[in-house]
Amino acid sequence: MSAALAIIALTALGALLLGLRASRGRDMSLEQWTVGGRGFGAVFVFLLMAGEIYTTFTFLGGSGYAYGHGGPTYYILGYGCLAYVISYWLLPPIWRYAQQHRLISQPDYFAAKYDSRALGVLVAVVGIVALIPYLVLQFKGLGIIVATASYGAIPSAVAVWIGAAVVTAYVMVSGVRGSAWTAVVKDALILAVAVFLGVYLPIHLYGGFGAMFSAIQDAKPGFLALPAKGESVAWFDSTVLLTALGFYMWPHSFGSIFTARTDKVFRQNAIVMPLYQLILAFVFMVGFAAVLKVPGLTGPSIDLALFRVSIQTFDPWFVGVIGAAGVLTALVPGSMIMMTAATLLANNIYRPLHSGGVTDQSVTRLARWMVPVVALVAVFFTLRGGQTIVALLLMGYSFVTQLFPALVMSLRRHNPLSSAGVFAGIVVGIATIAATSLTHTTVASLFPGLPEALRDLNIGIVALVLNVVTLTVVSGISRRVPSARSA
Amino acid sequence: MAMIKALAALPFLGILVGSVFLNRVTPLVLGLPLLLAWLLLWIVLTSAIMAVIYVTDPANRVPSPRAEPDA
Repeated sequence: MSAALAIIALTALGALLLGLRASRGRDMSLEQWTVGGRGFGAVFVFLLMAGEIYTTFTFLGGSGYAYGHGGPTYYILGYGCLAYVISYWLLPPIWRYAQQHRLISQPDYFAAKYDSRALGVLVAVVGIVALIPYLVLQFKGLGIIVATASYGAIPSAVAVWIGAAVVTAYVMVSGVRGSAWTAVVKDALILAVAVFLGVYLPIHLYGGFGAMFSAIQDAKPGFLALPAKGESVAWFDSTVLLTALGFYMWPHSFGSIFTARTDKVFRQNAIVMPLYQLILAFVFMVGFAAVLKVPGLTGPSIDLALFRVSIQTFDPWFVGVIGAAGVLTALVPGSMIMMTAATLLANNIYRPLHSGGVTDQSVTRLARWMVPVVALVAVFFTLRGGQTIVALLLMGYSFVTQLFPALVMSLRRHNPLSSAGVFAGIVVGIATIAATSLTHTTVASLFPGLPEALRDLNIGIVALVLNVVTLTVVSGISRRVPSARSA
Repeated sequence: MAMIKALAALPFLGILVGSVFLNRVTPLVLGLPLLLAWLLLWIVLTSAIMAVIYVTDPANRVPSPRAEPDA
């Protein structure tokens, strides 16, 4: 066993033991911890929030996309920033409504606002469908870390199974209660590793940032900006907009809105959170540093860029530290995603479909047994799929963004939309995403005659437009929402 | 206040429209590709704009936000 793999295995074992301790009820739940975090010092809160941004997506996906695609990676900087601007006005009214009605989940919100149990079930289905690619990308990241750190001894398929087993064990052992210490260690480690790599690699390998970017510009002119075709400015704008709107539509993000103590917290976060995006720039630097030093990675293997350049530069023990940070960034969010998906299945799909008395205990038990089921589904797609981490997250975003029009309209005092209209709109939007993903359709392949600016639009925008048209038309011909009486 | 809230449109203009015109690598700004430097600048500006909006927003001076009716 390499030193790197030993360090990573010890880290995973440590996280499992902390999770086991947490399950005895000594540690706080993640929810309590987040709310309690407002009483912590500035440095602690910074670590906590920066850690939320750092998942496998940013660590391996962000650096890999910078390596393989260059300029288009900047979209990640843009959408977070705009999402926080929107959050200033979007989140407080959702929080107030959830407080009044004692809501605990995203499907509850839609079911209550539109007075439709069926809509609640549909929203839960959309959430689960979107969470699967999000979970797949965490597993893919874990597989990359384990396979790379073993220096080839463990094949990547086996590594994916190991990673999935660790996350499943973590969730089954600790339940919804995560260990506060796992999260603290993860946040501190990943922040330190990302900033260190992002500063050290350009200076060590090229002599500085300017020298690195000049060298890349000389070797690949225009690589560091958006291309004229494909992932062009039109792609960038439509993708930034689509993902900014979808930012809080994820079931776990939406659910976290309910945990705040006051609605002022969201408005304060809107000031500070954009600054955390700056840290992503360090991750991009790692990917850019790899461009000329470990050339030749293409397709889905661009996600390997961070580890390839690290292995080439550092001793195995330090590769182990980077891997350990990577494992924790997959473990903590991965367990939250898995738990959210399992709870949605048990509480928001199984329970409403069995109107005759389902106890809380049986829902909890079912949720626990749904965890390995969800894990198996995600492993299946991880081993099958040949997609990059960023492509997986963009697919998830296309799904959750379909909930945005119905959400925004639900905040109006007189909502003109009917539950039937919203239901139909979401179904059409999701069906469009599913059909275009399965057939690899793009706007360009659908309408080859369009000008370039329209051909490059993110296909999710097309689904969103069809969604809005459908919900407007169906709402117009069906009855109005009972709660939206006209003035 | 309405005028100040309109400032929130600036990050959208900067990031979505500005990128159309500044989609270039050179000249490097502080060693960074022009488009990357532009987007990082807008992250800082967005934070500053949201701070101005927060300070001037009367909603944040209400001691108990839950008592405030929807408007």
